Amino acid sequence: MADEKHIDAATGTELKGHEWDGIRELDTPLPRWWLWTFYATILFAIAYTVAYPAWPMIHNATHGVLGWSSRGALDKELAAREAQVAPIRKAIAETPIETLPGKPQLMQAAVEGGRAAFRVHCVQCHGSGAAGSKGYPNLNDDDWLWGGDLATIEKTIFDGVRNPDHTATRMSQMPAFGRDQLLTGAQVDDVVAYVRVISRQDRPSVAAQPGAKLFADNCAICHGPAGHGNRQFGAPNLTDGIWLYGSDADTIRETVWSGRQGVMPRWGDKLDKATVRMLAAYVHSLGGGEAAPLVQSAEGAGDVGR
Amino acid sequence: MLMPPGSSDLYEKRKGVYPKAVDGFYRRLKWAVMAVTLVIYWVTPWLRWDRGAYAPDQAVLVDLAHRRFYMFAIEIWPQEFYYVAGLLIMAGVGLFLVTSAVGRAWCGYACPQTVWTDLYQHVERFIDGDRNAQIRLANAPWTPAKIARRLFKWSVWLAIAFLTGGAWIFYFADAPTLQQQFWTGTAAPVAYATVGVLTATTFVLGGFMREQVCIYMCPWPRIQTAMLDEKSLVVTYKDWRGEKRGSLKKAEAHRGDYGDCIDCNQCVAVCPTGIDIREGPQIGCITCALCIDACDKVMAQVGRPRGLIDYCTEEDAEAERRGRAPRPVLRTLLRPRTIAYLMLWCGIGMAMLFALGARTRIAISVQQDRNPIAVRLSDGKVRNAYTVKLSNMEARPRPMAVTVDGLPGARLWTDGMTREQARLAIAATVPADSVAKLRLFVALPDAGPQRQDFRFAVRATDREGGGHSEPAHFERPE
Repeated sequence: MADEKHIDAATGTELKGHEWDGIRELDTPLPRWWLWTFYATILFAIAYTVAYPAWPMIHNATHGVLGWSSRGALDKELAAREAQVAPIRKAIAETPIETLPGKPQLMQAAVEGGRAAFRVHCVQCHGSGAAGSKGYPNLNDDDWLWGGDLATIEKTIFDGVRNPDHTATRMSQMPAFGRDQLLTGAQVDDVVAYVRVISRQDRPSVAAQPGAKLFADNCAICHGPAGHGNRQFGAPNLTDGIWLYGSDADTIRETVWSGRQGVMPRWGDKLDKATVRMLAAYVHSLGGGEAAPLVQSAEGAGDVGR
Repeated sequence: MLMPPGSSDLYEKRKGVYPKAVDGFYRRLKWAVMAVTLVIYWVTPWLRWDRGAYAPDQAVLVDLAHRRFYMFAIEIWPQEFYYVAGLLIMAGVGLFLVTSAVGRAWCGYACPQTVWTDLYQHVERFIDGDRNAQIRLANAPWTPAKIARRLFKWSVWLAIAFLTGGAWIFYFADAPTLQQQFWTGTAAPVAYATVGVLTATTFVLGGFMREQVCIYMCPWPRIQTAMLDEKSLVVTYKDWRGEKRGSLKKAEAHRGDYGDCIDCNQCVAVCPTGIDIREGPQIGCITCALCIDACDKVMAQVGRPRGLIDYCTEEDAEAERRGRAPRPVLRTLLRPRTIAYLMLWCGIGMAMLFALGARTRIAISVQQDRNPIAVRLSDGKVRNAYTVKLSNMEARPRPMAVTVDGLPGARLWTDGMTREQARLAIAATVPADSVAKLRLFVALPDAGPQRQDFRFAVRATDREGGGHSEPAHFERPE
């Protein structure tokens, strides 16, 4: 077979000598330029493995003479992005938050920056959509413990709520009326019944009457005589449809009996001024943000919300 | 190809192809096609089309940066890309139609590879002379004269390649502006890269690769070979008439033994892909028909009827071989298969024209906030939020109003308003040829079905009017 030439009669082309079910392969030469192209790709591949990280070693891979790495490329891109947004961050940090809405482009940048920062720092408690959960306020709604205008939100984020060892923090004290024996068990029940009435969950009844006096003596100082709350003290409005811990009798009883001491970190310590401002702008944009109040009214401030 | 015994060459050097100049009907047709296609390619980006102040005035423009495609009176947005898909399908069906009727006409006349190779070969003849001079020069040693001639030829090729690559970028930006930027070095890097790459490919493919592209690189000849049938017109050497071939002298000497082919090899000499058509249909034949011109000329000289090499279907070839008359060309062209392709082609075209005429130039798209879906408000009502996009596809700003249909009692407000300002319709002026984004809120009492279907509607409040609506839902917490 070695010396024997098989020539295909129809084409006059030499045969390779392979045969599959009567199909025989012609020995048609490849164009030479194709071969050179193939060699060129081999050379390129070798050059590439020299220039870029390629060969696996025991602990890492060869680094390549160009010194390129995907992590390095990422760092470079992040640094470039950082440099790109630095002037915007600076402008945000230098603009008082009350005047931010007057600069729509800067405001939009702040909202978008806040959206990103929220994903990193806030979603753990407030949820990815800022809808909160029991004990963690929903930031989409129009009910605010401390106020829903930009400056107030920014202060809440900056100084936190009930933050230990921080004098400027938001501080409200809901006493543990039952546990600390300020009220008896029966009195707590009366207050709960009354709160259920003023929040229009239960009809007014004789059973709720004793609670009215107890409420006026113990609760009105913070929650107001009508239970509309007071934002200066962070006292929630007890007559609206939003309940941080729950509106059923058992939960309200637990709240009155043991008090509530929710905590939010003071982000002013951890984040720069621009980031806190951006977070405030984002939270304000979620749908419940309020205009800055013209007159600070002590009583019934909870009604300001829309 | 026959390999010499004992040869073990696995790779083959390109055999030089030095096509001879020829004149005739098909050559002139090729000139015309070349002129038309090149003029279309080079002139199109410079045509202007007035679209008013808010849109570019370039007649044909693929505006990738702004995601718009302009073609004379038609403007296409990215979501309308099916029109381009439709055009591509029409191009595909058109090729089926042409191939089933007249064989590889695309390859032979209109393919850019053919047109530019043809152009390059004319430059080559102009500088190096015709076939014989070219062969002589190719085999000559590298004397200064040859080097000078080669450099001159390559420079002209390169200039054509540069013009070719350079013209391409004008389809993607305003041509006069881009030209100015290009020469002042202020155009985008991608413009220079594109021109560089296309100049290089034109130079290499048109100057050196030539028929190798058709034979080794292009998938289309393979597809076309599968699409040809016994009724497709292909360039055919009528061997029943030509064989046995022999010189005039031999034919004179042995009258009756020889056919019409005088074996002058003119058909081979003029072939741009360097094949011998007398070997029968083959992948290398792009059906440019130049061999028909060459053979006709020779037949005229020796006083024999034209058409020894001619466009002929396989079926007719068989008929002629048996001495029967071929079918009329019109009957060959108009047969069920070609008519079916034509109907399909026209159908798609009509459907596209209809869709184009009936399309609205105003659109709304609604995306409901999913996280959270519903927000309870302090007065006990439930709020849903929607991101609404209003598309104004006209080249002028338009006032629009967004309303809700099928949601009794619903009032809308945006993030720039307070809830007290909520109203039935939100007005917005959408800038020319752009999309405006609105965030809309709706609040309804807590009592009600968990999910209510309704529609967001937009209508233009100018004189022309028109509108669009999209379904949406209002959801309440469980």
